[in-house]
Amino acid sequence: MKKIGTAIILESLMEEGVEVVFGIPGGVLIPLYDEFYDSKIRHILMRHEQAAAHAADGYARASGRVGVCIATSGPGATNLVTGLATAYMDSIPVVALTGQVPTTLIGNDAFQEANITGITFSVTKHNYLVTDVKELQNTLREAFYIASTGRPGPVLVDLPKDVQTAETDYKKDIKINLPGYKPTYGGHPKQIKRAADLIISAERPVIIAGGGTIISGADEELRELSELVMIPVTTTLMGKGAFPEDHPLSLGMLGMHGTRYANYSVMNSDLVIAVGGRFSDRVTGKIESFAADAKIIHIDIDPAEIGKNVRVDLPIVGDAKNILSSITNEIKIQIKKEKTKDWLAKVKRWREEYPLSFEESGETVKPQYIIKELYEATKGEAIIVTEVGQNQMWAAQYYLCNRPRRFISSGGLGTMGYGLPAAIGAKVAKPDEMVFDISGDGSFQMNCQELATAVQNDIPVKVAVLNNGYLGMVRQWQELFYERRYSGTKLGYLPDLVKFAEAYGAFGTRVTRKSEVRSAIEEAIETDKPAIIDFRIEEEENVFPMVPAGAPLDEIIGGN
Amino acid sequence: MKHVLAALVENKPAVLSRIINLFSRRGFNIESAAVGETEDPKISRLTVVVGGDDKVLEQVTKQLNKLIDVIKVSDLSSGDMTGRGLALIKVSVDRETMGEIIEISDIFRTKIIDVSPKSLIIEVTGTEEKIRAFIDLMRRFGIKEMAQTGLIALARGAKATTIKKEG
Repeated sequence: MKKIGTAIILESLMEEGVEVVFGIPGGVLIPLYDEFYDSKIRHILMRHEQAAAHAADGYARASGRVGVCIATSGPGATNLVTGLATAYMDSIPVVALTGQVPTTLIGNDAFQEANITGITFSVTKHNYLVTDVKELQNTLREAFYIASTGRPGPVLVDLPKDVQTAETDYKKDIKINLPGYKPTYGGHPKQIKRAADLIISAERPVIIAGGGTIISGADEELRELSELVMIPVTTTLMGKGAFPEDHPLSLGMLGMHGTRYANYSVMNSDLVIAVGGRFSDRVTGKIESFAADAKIIHIDIDPAEIGKNVRVDLPIVGDAKNILSSITNEIKIQIKKEKTKDWLAKVKRWREEYPLSFEESGETVKPQYIIKELYEATKGEAIIVTEVGQNQMWAAQYYLCNRPRRFISSGGLGTMGYGLPAAIGAKVAKPDEMVFDISGDGSFQMNCQELATAVQNDIPVKVAVLNNGYLGMVRQWQELFYERRYSGTKLGYLPDLVKFAEAYGAFGTRVTRKSEVRSAIEEAIETDKPAIIDFRIEEEENVFPMVPAGAPLDEIIGGN
Repeated sequence: MKHVLAALVENKPAVLSRIINLFSRRGFNIESAAVGETEDPKISRLTVVVGGDDKVLEQVTKQLNKLIDVIKVSDLSSGDMTGRGLALIKVSVDRETMGEIIEISDIFRTKIIDVSPKSLIIEVTGTEEKIRAFIDLMRRFGIKEMAQTGLIALARGAKATTIKKEG
């Protein structure tokens, strides 16, 4: 059957099970958008292409499905770059469709032309420029396959205008032929056996669960292994939710702003079992002293991550879910219980001695208190999206997360402005869940235009702005390491956020006293509209505990 | 430490720029890269000479393998291999030096492919060491310009870097 390019694109999206796309049209995309006019696929019109990429990313993180964003050629496409880089760093499956000038004009510096495939080489898992309509259907199939399999990531498909309007046969059945792409899913049986032996003989084991645990859907397998051998579990920021944080074996988050007891446990362990993580510098601290007495088992689907940052004693390449359940089965045959009893007692003492803590205030508003109240008010059941900086770390520390895909944050790239559009994407994916964006006044202003998207499309996300008048995390570093020389970090002016919310047709309220915190959160929850709470928090509150950049993981300052 | 890697890649537009981009992004130190079609026109073969320790080599290999268009990577320098490069050198000549240059060229079994009253173009092929030695000898006559290919290499014996046919 003959079809034109745009019809093939829509048909392909339907075949991939796409229900919603986030985008903004433009000159060269008019043919494609004409197709959306009477399509069953929901198109959500964003206000900035960066936000379209973040929304697709938030949708993917909340749902586990591929998120799709669309942008026009030139500036539309270049605006996607930050969003693609964000998704790439955190291994999120996103397919970006970009318009391109007609093939006859490519290379001529035509109006709104940008070499977006060249620009995005290093922030996509793969990308395509489709120059022949005959390759369109295959390319789209490959794009979705590559984005969602192996270590997921963003894939961009650039669509010249004349390819969109050309005609070709639409095939009912196409096969993927990617000789250079064969992800490994099953772990090597010998390595699994060795891992089981190491785990059984370890006296002070600890598991570090990263984002890959969530991507793999390995949370239950992780819990089974942890409970079987009684191994404490800490997660990275990306792994938050992979293991219930109210579980007695949970150590919360490790790393620069992790709990003291998580960091001490890792540093004093004799075996680190890292699952789906990449040992980022925010996790390891000074790399040479990281878990110096421990053997390290590294389970990851991406072989290039193994041995990249830390020395690894036992690598296992493959899918975390498969590997963890194989290890557990192997251990079950030969388990001797209670081996970790003394170790767990030690971990417990650290936990009791060094709990997460902050100084309670009188009537001024502490950000940590807000997060705790938010946790109570939502019974820990909200999907939490964050911006980047202090707000992100307070959210990670104080909003306990018990299930995967309910804590959504830009971990690797650390993209301010991510939260609101990603919250919109998450809410679209999970319309029955409460979605809260925990924000700062700096981050909020980087994509606050998306409030219009939320109101127009009736996507009632809630934004808790922890407003301290500063780019707070940088200010904190300036306070600690640059003699309080607050260069470029005082925001000084912020529009009245209540009026701002109202101007967009959303609900807005302000909190200046501790006693108002809970009722404001409840008001925001009750309204059907998108809501913004302007929390005026203590200006110079710091995130503690903290491991200064480049210091060993157990050289911790603050937070008792 | 130098390593010679051979990569089989899909013969598609932008493959080379993906690879070069990867090298620069990851900070890999590439001495030379040469690419050309193989016996199968759908597949190109890239030979790279990369400097660094084993850890760097491991990362280069793994990161190359991660590219979707890269089908297979092998480290030729881990076994017995044979590698060749080619250089074209334009050397200044006069009546006095002509004889000496031709003599040296003969010793290196080069070809003289262009002759003019004031210059010669000499084609030299061989191992990197041989080419370098020849270039060094030509310097005192005055090299006007020069072009070099990167190294290309194959493993010795029947062993080959090929793609397993499936099914």
